[in-house]
Amino acid sequence: MIAATEPAQRPRDARLLVLDGRGRVRHATRSDLVDYLHAGDLVVANDAATLPASLRGTHQPTGAAIEVRLASRRSLLPSDVTEFAAIVFGGGDFHTPTEKRPLPPPLAAGDRLLLGPLRAVVTAVLGHPRLVVIAFDGRPDEIWEGVARHGRPIQYAHMHAPLALWDVWTAVAGPPVAFEPPSAGFALDWQVLAAMRRRGIEFATITHAAGISSTGDDALDARLPFDEPYNIPVATALAIDHARAEHRRIVAIGTTVVRALEHAGANGRSIRPGPGIATGRITPATMLHVVDAIVSGVHEPTTSHYQLLGAFANGETLRLADEAMNAAGYRTHEFGDSVLVERALPVPLRKMPIESLRSEDLRT
Amino acid sequence: MRFKGMRVAVTGGTSGLGLALVRELHRRGARVAFVARGRERVARLAADLPGAHGIVGDVAAKDDVYPIALQILGELGGLDLLINNASDLGPDRLRLLADTECEEFERALAANLLGPFRLTKAVLGALAASAREGRGALVVNVSSDAAVTAYPEWGAYGASKAALRHLSAIWDAELQPEGVRFLSPDPGDMDTPLHAQAVPDADRAALKRPETSALELLDQIGAAMPVPEGAQRRPS
Repeated sequence: MIAATEPAQRPRDARLLVLDGRGRVRHATRSDLVDYLHAGDLVVANDAATLPASLRGTHQPTGAAIEVRLASRRSLLPSDVTEFAAIVFGGGDFHTPTEKRPLPPPLAAGDRLLLGPLRAVVTAVLGHPRLVVIAFDGRPDEIWEGVARHGRPIQYAHMHAPLALWDVWTAVAGPPVAFEPPSAGFALDWQVLAAMRRRGIEFATITHAAGISSTGDDALDARLPFDEPYNIPVATALAIDHARAEHRRIVAIGTTVVRALEHAGANGRSIRPGPGIATGRITPATMLHVVDAIVSGVHEPTTSHYQLLGAFANGETLRLADEAMNAAGYRTHEFGDSVLVERALPVPLRKMPIESLRSEDLRT
Repeated sequence: MRFKGMRVAVTGGTSGLGLALVRELHRRGARVAFVARGRERVARLAADLPGAHGIVGDVAAKDDVYPIALQILGELGGLDLLINNASDLGPDRLRLLADTECEEFERALAANLLGPFRLTKAVLGALAASAREGRGALVVNVSSDAAVTAYPEWGAYGASKAALRHLSAIWDAELQPEGVRFLSPDPGDMDTPLHAQAVPDADRAALKRPETSALELLDQIGAAMPVPEGAQRRPS
Protein backbone atom coordinates (compact mmCIF):
# COMPACT_ATOMS: atom_id res chain seq x y z
CA MET A 1 0.00 0.00 0.00
CA ILE A 2 1.09 3.54 -0.61
CA ALA A 3 0.79 6.65 1.53
CA ALA A 4 -1.73 9.32 0.53
CA THR A 5 0.32 12.51 0.31
CA GLU A 6 -2.29 15.14 -0.61
CA PRO A 7 -4.68 16.61 1.96
CA ALA A 8 -7.86 16.03 -0.08
CA GLN A 9 -10.60 14.80 2.26
CA ARG A 10 -12.80 13.37 -0.46
CA PRO A 11 -10.81 12.66 -3.62
CA ARG A 12 -13.17 11.49 -6.35
CA ASP A 13 -11.31 8.23 -6.73
CA ALA A 14 -11.23 7.36 -3.02
CA ARG A 15 -11.90 3.66 -2.55
CA LEU A 16 -13.77 1.62 -0.02
CA LEU A 17 -13.01 -1.99 0.77
CA VAL A 18 -16.10 -3.66 2.15
CA LEU A 19 -15.48 -6.65 4.39
CA ASP A 20 -18.81 -8.20 5.28
CA GLY A 21 -19.80 -10.32 8.25
CA ARG A 22 -19.05 -13.50 6.31
CA GLY A 23 -15.53 -12.44 5.53
CA ARG A 24 -16.24 -11.57 1.91
CA VAL A 25 -14.35 -8.73 0.30
CA ARG A 26 -15.72 -6.22 -2.22
CA HIS A 27 -14.05 -3.21 -3.77
CA ALA A 28 -16.21 -0.11 -3.93
CA THR A 29 -15.98 3.62 -4.51
CA ARG A 30 -16.10 5.48 -1.22
CA SER A 31 -18.61 8.02 -2.51
CA ASP A 32 -21.00 5.05 -2.76
CA LEU A 33 -20.64 4.35 0.98
CA VAL A 34 -24.38 4.86 1.47
CA ASP A 35 -25.05 1.88 -0.83
CA TYR A 36 -23.32 -0.38 1.68
CA LEU A 37 -25.38 0.81 4.63
CA HIS A 38 -28.88 -0.44 5.41
CA ALA A 39 -32.11 1.42 6.07
CA GLY A 40 -32.42 1.59 9.85
CA ASP A 41 -28.67 1.71 10.46
CA LEU A 42 -27.55 4.28 13.01
CA VAL A 43 -24.31 5.88 11.84
CA VAL A 44 -22.29 7.47 14.63
CA ALA A 45 -19.41 9.86 13.91
CA ASN A 46 -16.93 11.72 16.09
CA ASP A 47 -17.61 15.46 15.72
CA ALA A 48 -14.38 16.59 17.39
CA ALA A 49 -12.63 19.36 15.50
CA THR A 50 -8.86 19.10 15.47
CA LEU A 51 -6.63 21.32 17.55
CA PRO A 52 -3.53 22.83 16.00
CA ALA A 53 -1.67 20.75 18.57
CA SER A 54 1.88 21.17 17.28
CA LEU A 55 3.61 24.06 19.02
CA ARG A 56 7.11 25.12 18.03
CA GLY A 57 9.29 26.93 20.47
CA THR A 58 12.24 26.90 22.80
CA HIS A 59 13.26 24.99 25.91
CA GLN A 60 14.23 27.99 28.02
CA PRO A 61 16.93 26.42 30.26
CA THR A 62 19.02 25.33 27.24
CA GLY A 63 17.72 27.58 24.49
CA ALA A 64 17.20 24.47 22.36
CA ALA A 65 14.54 24.41 19.66
CA ILE A 66 11.68 22.01 20.42
CA GLU A 67 8.34 20.93 19.02
CA VAL A 68 5.66 20.17 21.57
CA ARG A 69 2.78 17.98 20.42
CA LEU A 70 -0.17 18.18 22.75
CA ALA A 71 -1.37 14.62 23.20
CA SER A 72 -3.94 14.26 25.96
CA ARG A 73 -5.98 16.12 28.52
CA ARG A 74 -8.13 15.28 31.47
CA SER A 75 -11.55 16.43 30.26
CA LEU A 76 -13.31 18.18 27.40
CA LEU A 77 -14.35 21.16 29.53
CA PRO A 78 -13.71 24.44 27.67
CA SER A 79 -11.97 25.90 30.72
CA ASP A 80 -9.82 22.81 31.39
CA VAL A 81 -6.98 23.77 29.05
CA THR A 82 -4.13 24.49 31.43
CA GLU A 83 -2.66 21.02 31.71
CA PHE A 84 -1.82 18.65 28.85
CA ALA A 85 0.24 15.54 28.41
CA ALA A 86 2.59 16.22 25.52
CA ILE A 87 5.21 14.57 23.33
CA VAL A 88 8.32 16.69 22.86
CA PHE A 89 10.70 16.51 19.91
CA GLY A 90 14.04 18.23 19.45
CA GLY A 91 14.71 20.53 16.50
CA GLY A 92 13.38 20.02 12.99
CA ASP A 93 9.83 19.69 11.80
CA PHE A 94 7.33 17.30 10.27
CA HIS A 95 9.42 16.86 7.12
CA THR A 96 11.69 14.57 9.14
CA PRO A 97 10.05 11.21 9.90
CA THR A 98 9.17 11.08 13.60
CA GLU A 99 11.42 8.06 14.17
CA LYS A 100 14.38 10.16 13.01
CA ARG A 101 13.55 13.23 15.08
CA PRO A 102 16.13 14.05 17.75
CA LEU A 103 15.23 13.84 21.42
CA PRO A 104 14.53 17.14 23.15
CA PRO A 105 17.12 18.33 25.66
CA PRO A 106 16.72 16.42 28.95
CA LEU A 107 13.47 17.72 30.42
CA ALA A 108 12.80 18.18 34.12
CA ALA A 109 9.88 19.39 36.18
CA GLY A 110 10.05 23.15 36.47
CA ASP A 111 11.57 23.74 33.01
CA ARG A 112 10.03 26.73 31.23
CA LEU A 113 8.93 26.39 27.62
CA LEU A 114 8.46 29.36 25.27
CA LEU A 115 5.95 28.43 22.59
CA GLY A 116 5.22 31.47 20.45
CA PRO A 117 2.84 33.63 22.47
CA LEU A 118 2.34 30.77 24.93
CA ARG A 119 4.35 30.13 28.09
CA ALA A 120 4.34 26.76 29.81
CA VAL A 121 6.16 24.84 32.49
CA VAL A 122 6.98 21.14 32.60
CA THR A 123 5.20 19.73 35.65
CA ALA A 124 6.16 16.07 35.26
CA VAL A 125 8.20 13.73 33.09
CA LEU A 126 6.31 10.49 32.55
CA GLY A 127 8.99 7.82 32.40
CA HIS A 128 10.20 8.70 28.89
CA PRO A 129 12.44 11.59 27.73
CA ARG A 130 9.75 12.70 25.23
CA LEU A 131 6.63 12.36 27.39
CA VAL A 132 5.78 15.16 29.80
CA VAL A 133 2.93 16.99 31.45
CA ILE A 134 2.96 20.72 30.83
CA ALA A 135 0.92 23.55 32.33
CA PHE A 136 0.26 26.75 30.38
CA ASP A 137 0.39 30.17 31.96
CA GLY A 138 -2.63 32.43 31.66
CA ARG A 139 -6.40 32.29 31.61
CA PRO A 140 -8.22 29.72 29.44
CA ASP A 141 -9.16 32.32 26.80
CA GLU A 142 -5.51 33.38 26.53
CA ILE A 143 -4.47 29.74 26.07
CA TRP A 144 -7.15 29.21 23.41
CA GLU A 145 -5.94 32.31 21.58
CA GLY A 146 -2.30 31.25 21.79
CA VAL A 147 -3.06 27.77 20.45
CA ALA A 148 -5.32 29.19 17.71
CA ARG A 149 -2.69 31.65 16.52
CA HIS A 150 0.53 29.72 17.01
CA GLY A 151 -0.41 26.05 16.74
CA ARG A 152 -0.23 23.98 13.55
CA PRO A 153 -1.96 20.69 12.89
CA ILE A 154 0.21 17.71 13.87
CA GLN A 155 1.47 16.11 10.70
CA TYR A 156 3.85 13.47 9.45
CA ALA A 157 6.51 13.26 6.79
CA HIS A 158 4.29 11.48 4.25
CA MET A 159 2.33 14.72 3.81
CA HIS A 160 4.63 17.17 2.05
CA ALA A 161 2.91 20.54 2.33
CA PRO A 162 1.99 22.10 5.68
CA LEU A 163 -1.57 21.30 6.71
CA ALA A 164 -4.07 24.04 7.49
CA LEU A 165 -6.95 23.68 9.94
CA TRP A 166 -9.44 23.44 7.08
CA ASP A 167 -7.54 20.41 5.81
CA VAL A 168 -8.03 18.54 9.06
CA TRP A 169 -11.49 19.58 10.26
CA THR A 170 -14.16 17.15 9.09
CA ALA A 171 -17.41 18.50 7.64
CA VAL A 172 -19.18 17.75 10.93
CA ALA A 173 -16.39 19.16 13.15
CA GLY A 174 -17.61 20.91 16.29
CA PRO A 175 -15.74 21.16 19.62
CA PRO A 176 -11.97 21.45 18.95
CA VAL A 177 -10.75 18.69 21.22
CA ALA A 178 -8.99 16.16 18.96
CA PHE A 179 -5.19 16.13 18.78
CA GLU A 180 -5.24 14.50 15.37
CA PRO A 181 -8.20 14.41 13.00
CA PRO A 182 -10.84 11.72 13.44
CA SER A 183 -10.09 11.10 9.79
CA ALA A 184 -12.59 8.34 9.07
CA GLY A 185 -15.04 11.24 9.12
CA PHE A 186 -13.42 12.68 5.99
CA ALA A 187 -15.71 10.25 4.13
CA LEU A 188 -18.72 12.30 5.24
CA ASP A 189 -19.97 15.51 3.74
CA TRP A 190 -23.40 17.15 3.83
CA GLN A 191 -24.38 15.43 0.59
CA VAL A 192 -23.65 12.02 2.12
CA LEU A 193 -25.62 12.94 5.25
CA ALA A 194 -28.57 14.01 3.08
CA ALA A 195 -28.38 10.76 1.10
CA MET A 196 -28.36 8.78 4.34
CA ARG A 197 -31.44 10.60 5.55
CA ARG A 198 -33.28 9.88 2.27
CA ARG A 199 -32.59 6.18 2.75
CA GLY A 200 -33.76 6.00 6.32
CA ILE A 201 -30.28 5.83 7.81
CA GLU A 202 -30.00 7.68 11.10
CA PHE A 203 -27.05 9.89 12.02
CA ALA A 204 -25.69 10.88 15.42
CA THR A 205 -22.43 12.18 16.84
CA ILE A 206 -20.27 11.86 19.87
CA THR A 207 -17.26 14.02 20.75
CA HIS A 208 -14.03 12.14 21.41
CA ALA A 209 -10.58 13.66 21.91
CA ALA A 210 -8.80 11.56 19.29
CA GLY A 211 -5.17 11.32 20.35
CA ILE A 212 -1.94 11.15 18.43
CA SER A 213 -1.43 8.14 16.22
CA SER A 214 2.33 7.77 16.30
CA THR A 215 5.35 9.14 18.11
CA GLY A 216 8.06 7.41 16.11
CA ASP A 217 9.27 5.71 19.28
CA ASP A 218 8.36 2.05 19.81
CA ALA A 219 8.26 2.28 23.58
CA LEU A 220 5.94 5.27 23.46
CA ASP A 221 3.81 3.92 20.63
CA ALA A 222 3.20 0.83 22.76
CA ARG A 223 1.48 3.14 25.24
CA LEU A 224 -0.95 4.49 22.60
CA PRO A 225 -3.76 5.29 22.56
CA PHE A 226 -3.62 7.34 25.75
CA ASP A 227 -6.75 7.69 27.85
CA GLU A 228 -9.14 9.84 25.82
CA PRO A 229 -12.01 11.90 27.24
CA TYR A 230 -15.26 11.80 25.34
CA ASN A 231 -18.80 13.09 25.58
CA ILE A 232 -21.97 11.35 24.48
CA PRO A 233 -24.97 13.66 24.01
CA VAL A 234 -28.24 12.47 25.51
CA ALA A 235 -29.83 12.42 22.04
CA THR A 236 -27.09 10.09 20.78
CA ALA A 237 -27.33 7.75 23.77
CA LEU A 238 -31.10 7.50 23.27
CA ALA A 239 -30.74 6.89 19.55
CA ILE A 240 -28.27 4.08 20.21
CA ASP A 241 -30.49 2.45 22.82
CA HIS A 242 -33.48 2.60 20.46
CA ALA A 243 -31.50 1.14 17.60
CA ARG A 244 -30.19 -1.70 19.75
CA ALA A 245 -33.65 -2.45 21.12
CA GLU A 246 -34.89 -2.76 17.54
CA HIS A 247 -31.87 -4.83 16.45
CA ARG A 248 -30.75 -2.16 14.03
CA ARG A 249 -27.03 -1.83 13.34
CA ILE A 250 -24.71 0.71 14.92
CA VAL A 251 -22.11 1.81 12.38
CA ALA A 252 -19.12 3.65 13.83
CA ILE A 253 -17.27 6.18 11.70
CA GLY A 254 -13.76 5.68 13.01
CA THR A 255 -11.94 3.89 15.78
CA THR A 256 -12.54 6.68 18.31
CA VAL A 257 -16.29 6.11 18.10
CA VAL A 258 -15.78 2.41 18.78
CA ARG A 259 -13.59 3.22 21.74
CA ALA A 260 -16.07 5.67 23.26
CA LEU A 261 -19.21 3.61 22.65
CA GLU A 262 -17.73 0.33 23.83
CA HIS A 263 -16.49 2.11 26.96
CA ALA A 264 -19.85 3.77 27.63
CA GLY A 265 -21.79 0.58 26.89
CA ALA A 266 -19.39 -1.95 28.39
CA ASN A 267 -20.88 -5.34 29.30
CA GLY A 268 -23.98 -4.66 27.28
CA ARG A 269 -25.45 -2.03 29.59
CA SER A 270 -27.38 0.83 28.07
CA ILE A 271 -25.26 3.75 26.86
CA ARG A 272 -24.47 6.23 29.61
CA PRO A 273 -24.72 9.78 28.24
CA GLY A 274 -22.36 12.55 29.31
CA PRO A 275 -18.62 12.69 29.82
CA GLY A 276 -16.38 9.66 30.15
CA ILE A 277 -12.76 8.65 29.65
CA ALA A 278 -12.01 5.81 27.26
CA THR A 279 -9.26 3.65 28.67
CA GLY A 280 -7.57 0.52 27.47
CA ARG A 281 -7.21 -0.90 24.00
CA ILE A 282 -9.71 -2.64 21.81
CA THR A 283 -8.07 -5.79 20.52
CA PRO A 284 -9.05 -9.05 18.82
CA ALA A 285 -9.85 -10.32 22.34
CA THR A 286 -12.42 -7.57 22.93
CA MET A 287 -16.07 -8.60 22.83
CA LEU A 288 -17.99 -5.78 21.11
CA HIS A 289 -21.27 -4.91 22.80
CA VAL A 290 -22.41 -1.84 20.88
CA VAL A 291 -20.86 -1.41 17.46
CA ASP A 292 -21.79 -3.67 14.54
CA ALA A 293 -19.66 -2.19 11.77
CA ILE A 294 -16.87 0.32 11.39
CA VAL A 295 -15.74 2.68 8.65
CA SER A 296 -12.05 3.29 9.09
CA GLY A 297 -8.95 4.35 7.22
CA VAL A 298 -6.50 1.91 5.72
CA HIS A 299 -4.02 1.13 8.48
CA GLU A 300 -0.72 -0.71 8.60
CA PRO A 301 -0.91 -4.00 10.52
CA THR A 302 1.40 -2.68 13.27
CA THR A 303 -0.92 0.12 14.42
CA SER A 304 -3.42 0.20 17.27
CA HIS A 305 -6.11 1.13 14.72
CA TYR A 306 -5.48 -2.12 12.89
CA GLN A 307 -5.52 -4.04 16.14
CA LEU A 308 -8.95 -2.60 16.84
CA LEU A 309 -10.27 -4.00 13.56
CA GLY A 310 -9.42 -7.41 14.99
CA ALA A 311 -12.43 -7.05 17.27
CA PHE A 312 -14.63 -7.02 14.14
CA ALA A 313 -13.00 -9.67 11.97
CA ASN A 314 -10.58 -12.51 12.60
CA GLY A 315 -6.89 -12.25 11.80
CA GLU A 316 -7.05 -14.45 8.73
CA THR A 317 -9.93 -12.45 7.24
CA LEU A 318 -8.09 -9.18 7.87
CA ARG A 319 -4.94 -10.59 6.33
CA LEU A 320 -6.83 -11.51 3.16
CA ALA A 321 -8.42 -8.06 3.07
CA ASP A 322 -4.94 -6.61 3.47
CA GLU A 323 -3.66 -8.63 0.55
CA ALA A 324 -6.58 -7.46 -1.55
CA MET A 325 -5.82 -3.83 -0.69
CA ASN A 326 -2.12 -4.28 -1.36
CA ALA A 327 -2.82 -5.84 -4.73
CA ALA A 328 -5.20 -3.02 -5.63
CA GLY A 329 -2.87 -0.23 -4.44
CA TYR A 330 -5.04 1.21 -1.70
CA ARG A 331 -3.69 4.37 -0.09
CA THR A 332 -2.96 4.49 3.62
CA HIS A 333 -2.96 7.21 6.26
CA GLU A 334 -5.45 9.89 7.16
CA PHE A 335 -6.16 11.13 3.64
CA GLY A 336 -6.11 7.64 2.13
CA ASP A 337 -8.80 5.12 1.23
CA SER A 338 -11.28 3.50 3.61
CA VAL A 339 -12.56 0.17 4.79
CA LEU A 340 -16.03 -0.82 5.96
CA VAL A 341 -15.75 -3.81 8.25
CA GLU A 342 -18.89 -5.56 9.46
CA ARG A 343 -18.63 -7.52 12.66
CA ALA A 344 -18.13 -11.20 11.91
CA LEU A 345 -21.37 -13.10 12.26
CA PRO A 346 -21.42 -15.72 14.99
CA VAL A 347 -20.99 -19.11 13.38
CA PRO A 348 -24.60 -20.36 13.81
CA LEU A 349 -25.90 -17.26 12.02
CA ARG A 350 -23.78 -17.73 8.94
CA LYS A 351 -25.94 -19.08 6.16
CA MET A 352 -22.90 -20.63 4.58
CA PRO A 353 -19.43 -21.61 5.71
CA ILE A 354 -16.72 -18.99 5.52
CA GLU A 355 -15.87 -18.83 1.87
CA SER A 356 -12.39 -18.43 0.64
CA LEU A 357 -12.01 -15.29 -1.42
CA ARG A 358 -13.31 -15.59 -4.92
CA SER A 359 -11.40 -14.03 -7.73
CA GLU A 360 -14.36 -11.89 -8.92
CA ASP A 361 -14.54 -10.36 -5.45
CA LEU A 362 -10.99 -9.14 -5.77
CA ARG A 363 -11.37 -7.42 -9.08
CA THR A 364 -11.05 -3.64 -8.79
CA MET B 1 -35.33 32.64 30.07
CA ARG B 2 -35.01 31.81 26.44
CA PHE B 3 -31.40 32.98 26.08
CA LYS B 4 -30.06 31.66 29.37
CA GLY B 5 -27.17 29.29 28.72
CA MET B 6 -27.45 29.72 24.94
CA ARG B 7 -24.05 29.59 23.26
CA VAL B 8 -23.80 32.63 21.00
CA ALA B 9 -21.11 34.17 18.80
CA VAL B 10 -21.39 37.73 17.48
CA THR B 11 -19.01 39.20 14.92
CA GLY B 12 -18.37 42.92 14.90
CA GLY B 13 -19.24 42.76 18.57
CA THR B 14 -17.59 45.91 19.91
CA SER B 15 -19.55 48.63 18.10
CA GLY B 16 -22.98 49.52 16.80
CA LEU B 17 -25.59 46.77 16.59
CA GLY B 18 -23.07 44.05 17.50
CA LEU B 19 -22.17 45.75 20.75
CA ALA B 20 -25.84 46.24 21.65
CA LEU B 21 -26.50 42.55 20.92
CA VAL B 22 -23.52 41.38 22.98
CA ARG B 23 -24.56 43.48 25.97
CA GLU B 24 -28.20 42.38 25.82
CA LEU B 25 -27.38 38.69 25.30
CA HIS B 26 -24.95 38.83 28.20
CA ARG B 27 -27.58 40.50 30.36
CA ARG B 28 -30.02 37.71 29.53
CA GLY B 29 -27.60 35.01 30.62
CA ALA B 30 -26.35 33.76 27.25
CA ARG B 31 -22.80 32.46 26.97
CA VAL B 32 -21.35 34.97 24.55
CA ALA B 33 -18.23 35.02 22.41
CA PHE B 34 -17.72 38.22 20.44
CA VAL B 35 -15.28 38.92 17.64
CA ALA B 36 -13.74 42.21 16.56
CA ARG B 37 -10.53 43.47 15.02
CA GLY B 38 -9.33 45.90 17.68
CA ARG B 39 -7.51 44.20 20.54
CA GLU B 40 -7.99 47.07 22.97
CA ARG B 41 -11.72 47.38 22.43
CA VAL B 42 -12.12 43.60 22.70
CA ALA B 43 -10.20 43.53 25.99
CA ARG B 44 -12.16 46.47 27.39
CA LEU B 45 -15.54 44.94 26.59
CA ALA B 46 -14.50 41.50 27.89
CA ALA B 47 -13.44 43.13 31.16
CA ASP B 48 -16.79 44.91 31.30
CA LEU B 49 -18.83 41.70 30.78
CA PRO B 50 -17.63 38.99 33.15
CA GLY B 51 -17.87 35.55 31.56
CA ALA B 52 -18.03 36.86 27.98
CA HIS B 53 -15.26 35.73 25.65
CA GLY B 54 -13.52 38.37 23.55
CA ILE B 55 -11.85 37.15 20.35
CA VAL B 56 -9.54 39.30 18.26
CA GLY B 57 -9.78 38.63 14.54
CA ASP B 58 -10.90 39.88 11.14
CA VAL B 59 -13.69 37.80 9.60
CA ALA B 60 -12.83 39.33 6.22
CA ALA B 61 -9.36 37.72 6.33
CA LYS B 62 -9.41 34.10 5.16
CA ASP B 63 -6.56 33.05 7.45
CA ASP B 64 -8.30 34.48 10.50
CA VAL B 65 -11.52 32.53 10.11
CA TYR B 66 -10.45 29.12 11.42
CA PRO B 67 -8.56 30.55 14.39
CA ILE B 68 -11.72 32.55 15.18
CA ALA B 69 -13.91 29.45 14.82
CA LEU B 70 -11.49 27.46 16.96
CA GLN B 71 -11.72 30.01 19.76
CA ILE B 72 -15.51 30.29 19.55
CA LEU B 73 -16.03 26.52 19.67
CA GLY B 74 -13.22 25.95 22.16
CA GLU B 75 -14.34 28.60 24.62
CA LEU B 76 -18.07 27.87 24.38
CA GLY B 77 -17.75 24.10 23.86
CA GLY B 78 -20.28 24.30 21.00
CA LEU B 79 -22.56 26.82 19.33
CA ASP B 80 -26.31 27.42 19.13
CA LEU B 81 -26.48 30.86 17.52
CA LEU B 82 -24.09 32.63 15.17
CA ILE B 83 -24.72 36.30 14.41
CA ASN B 84 -22.74 37.46 11.38
CA ASN B 85 -22.96 41.16 12.07
CA ALA B 86 -19.56 42.57 11.09
CA SER B 87 -19.96 44.69 7.95
CA ASP B 88 -17.80 46.84 5.73
CA LEU B 89 -18.99 49.68 3.52
CA GLY B 90 -16.32 48.88 0.91
CA PRO B 91 -15.11 52.36 -0.10
CA ASP B 92 -14.32 54.68 2.80
CA ARG B 93 -17.43 56.72 2.04
CA LEU B 94 -20.44 56.48 -0.26
CA ARG B 95 -19.38 56.34 -3.86
CA LEU B 96 -20.92 55.73 -7.26
CA LEU B 97 -20.24 52.19 -8.42
CA ALA B 98 -18.35 53.54 -11.43
CA ASP B 99 -15.99 55.35 -9.06
CA THR B 100 -15.58 52.34 -6.75
CA GLU B 101 -12.19 50.65 -6.90
CA CYS B 102 -12.24 46.88 -7.42
CA GLU B 103 -10.27 46.48 -4.19
CA GLU B 104 -12.95 48.42 -2.31
CA PHE B 105 -15.67 46.19 -3.72
CA GLU B 106 -13.60 43.14 -2.81
CA ARG B 107 -13.34 44.45 0.75
CA ALA B 108 -17.13 44.66 1.03
CA LEU B 109 -17.51 41.16 -0.40
CA ALA B 110 -14.84 39.75 1.93
CA ALA B 111 -16.43 41.19 5.05
CA ASN B 112 -20.12 40.97 4.17
CA LEU B 113 -20.32 37.79 2.10
CA LEU B 114 -17.23 35.55 2.12
CA GLY B 115 -16.51 36.06 5.83
CA PRO B 116 -20.00 34.97 6.92
CA PHE B 117 -19.84 32.05 4.44
CA ARG B 118 -16.47 30.87 5.74
CA LEU B 119 -17.31 31.25 9.41
CA THR B 120 -20.68 29.53 8.99
CA LYS B 121 -19.03 26.63 7.18
CA ALA B 122 -16.38 26.30 9.90
CA VAL B 123 -18.96 26.11 12.72
CA LEU B 124 -21.68 24.24 10.82
CA GLY B 125 -20.79 20.89 12.41
CA ALA B 126 -21.29 22.42 15.86
CA LEU B 127 -24.58 24.04 14.84
CA ALA B 128 -25.93 20.79 13.39
CA ALA B 129 -24.92 18.94 16.59
CA SER B 130 -26.79 21.54 18.61
CA ALA B 131 -29.88 21.01 16.44
CA ARG B 132 -29.68 17.22 16.92
CA GLU B 133 -29.47 17.75 20.67
CA GLY B 134 -32.69 19.78 20.60
CA ARG B 135 -31.00 23.06 21.52
CA GLY B 136 -31.82 24.66 18.18
CA ALA B 137 -29.35 26.15 15.74
CA LEU B 138 -29.61 29.48 14.02
CA VAL B 139 -27.44 31.72 11.88
CA VAL B 140 -28.37 35.39 11.65
CA ASN B 141 -26.82 37.22 8.73
CA VAL B 142 -27.49 40.87 9.42
CA SER B 143 -28.90 42.43 6.29
CA SER B 144 -29.96 45.90 5.20
CA ASP B 145 -32.66 47.55 3.10
CA ALA B 146 -29.78 48.18 0.70
CA ALA B 147 -29.89 44.42 0.02
CA VAL B 148 -33.30 44.87 -1.60
CA THR B 149 -33.46 48.46 -2.85
CA ALA B 150 -30.94 49.86 -5.35
CA TYR B 151 -29.68 52.96 -3.54
CA PRO B 152 -27.24 54.98 -5.64
CA GLU B 153 -23.77 55.25 -4.05
CA TRP B 154 -24.35 52.18 -1.87
CA GLY B 155 -23.27 49.82 -4.65
CA ALA B 156 -20.51 47.74 -3.06
CA TYR B 157 -22.35 47.46 0.23
CA GLY B 158 -25.77 46.88 -1.33
CA ALA B 159 -24.55 44.23 -3.78
CA SER B 160 -22.68 42.35 -1.04
CA LYS B 161 -25.69 42.48 1.30
CA ALA B 162 -28.02 41.33 -1.49
CA ALA B 163 -25.74 38.37 -2.08
CA LEU B 164 -25.64 37.64 1.66
CA ARG B 165 -29.43 37.69 1.78
CA HIS B 166 -29.64 35.20 -1.07
CA LEU B 167 -26.90 33.08 0.49
CA SER B 168 -28.96 32.92 3.70
CA ALA B 169 -32.03 31.81 1.78
CA ILE B 170 -30.11 29.02 0.06
CA TRP B 171 -28.41 27.88 3.28
CA ASP B 172 -31.84 27.83 4.91
CA ALA B 173 -33.37 25.70 2.15
CA GLU B 174 -30.45 23.28 2.14
CA LEU B 175 -29.98 22.92 5.88
CA GLN B 176 -33.57 22.76 7.03
CA PRO B 177 -33.41 18.94 7.24
CA GLU B 178 -30.36 19.31 9.52
CA GLY B 179 -32.33 21.65 11.75
CA VAL B 180 -30.03 24.62 11.14
CA ARG B 181 -32.06 27.75 10.31
CA PHE B 182 -31.03 31.06 8.79
CA LEU B 183 -32.42 34.58 9.19
CA SER B 184 -31.36 37.65 7.26
CA PRO B 185 -33.13 40.53 8.97
CA ASP B 186 -32.90 44.24 8.19
CA PRO B 187 -32.29 46.05 11.48
CA GLY B 188 -33.15 49.47 9.99
CA ASP B 189 -31.13 52.69 9.63
CA MET B 190 -29.21 52.86 12.87
CA ASP B 191 -26.94 55.38 14.49
CA THR B 192 -23.77 53.32 14.15
CA PRO B 193 -20.14 53.94 13.18
CA LEU B 194 -20.81 52.40 9.76
CA HIS B 195 -23.71 54.77 9.13
CA ALA B 196 -21.65 57.74 10.27
CA GLN B 197 -18.95 56.69 7.85
CA ALA B 198 -21.46 56.46 5.00
CA VAL B 199 -23.50 59.57 5.81
CA PRO B 200 -21.38 61.82 8.02
CA ASP B 201 -23.92 64.67 8.08
CA ALA B 202 -26.97 62.51 8.81
CA ASP B 203 -29.49 63.70 11.40
CA ARG B 204 -28.59 61.25 14.14
CA ALA B 205 -31.78 61.93 16.04
CA ALA B 206 -33.75 60.52 13.10
CA LEU B 207 -31.79 57.25 13.20
CA LYS B 208 -32.72 54.17 15.19
CA ARG B 209 -30.71 53.41 18.29
CA PRO B 210 -28.83 50.10 17.85
CA GLU B 211 -30.13 49.05 21.28
CA THR B 212 -33.68 49.23 19.90
CA SER B 213 -32.76 47.15 16.87
CA ALA B 214 -30.99 44.64 19.13
CA LEU B 215 -34.16 44.08 21.17
CA GLU B 216 -36.25 43.62 18.01
CA LEU B 217 -33.69 41.22 16.60
CA LEU B 218 -33.62 39.14 19.78
CA ASP B 219 -37.42 38.85 19.61
CA GLN B 220 -37.08 37.43 16.11
CA ILE B 221 -34.28 35.12 17.19
CA GLY B 222 -36.18 33.95 20.25
CA ALA B 223 -39.17 33.05 18.07
CA ALA B 224 -36.92 30.99 15.79
CA MET B 225 -35.22 29.01 18.56
CA PRO B 226 -36.86 26.18 20.50
CA VAL B 227 -37.94 26.91 24.04
CA PRO B 228 -35.40 25.28 26.35
CA GLU B 229 -36.59 22.27 28.29
CA GLY B 230 -38.02 23.17 31.65
CA ALA B 231 -38.93 26.66 30.45
CA GLN B 232 -42.02 25.55 28.52
CA ARG B 233 -45.17 27.25 29.59
CA ARG B 234 -47.82 24.69 30.38
CA PRO B 235 -51.43 25.44 29.54
CA SER B 236 -53.29 26.11 32.77
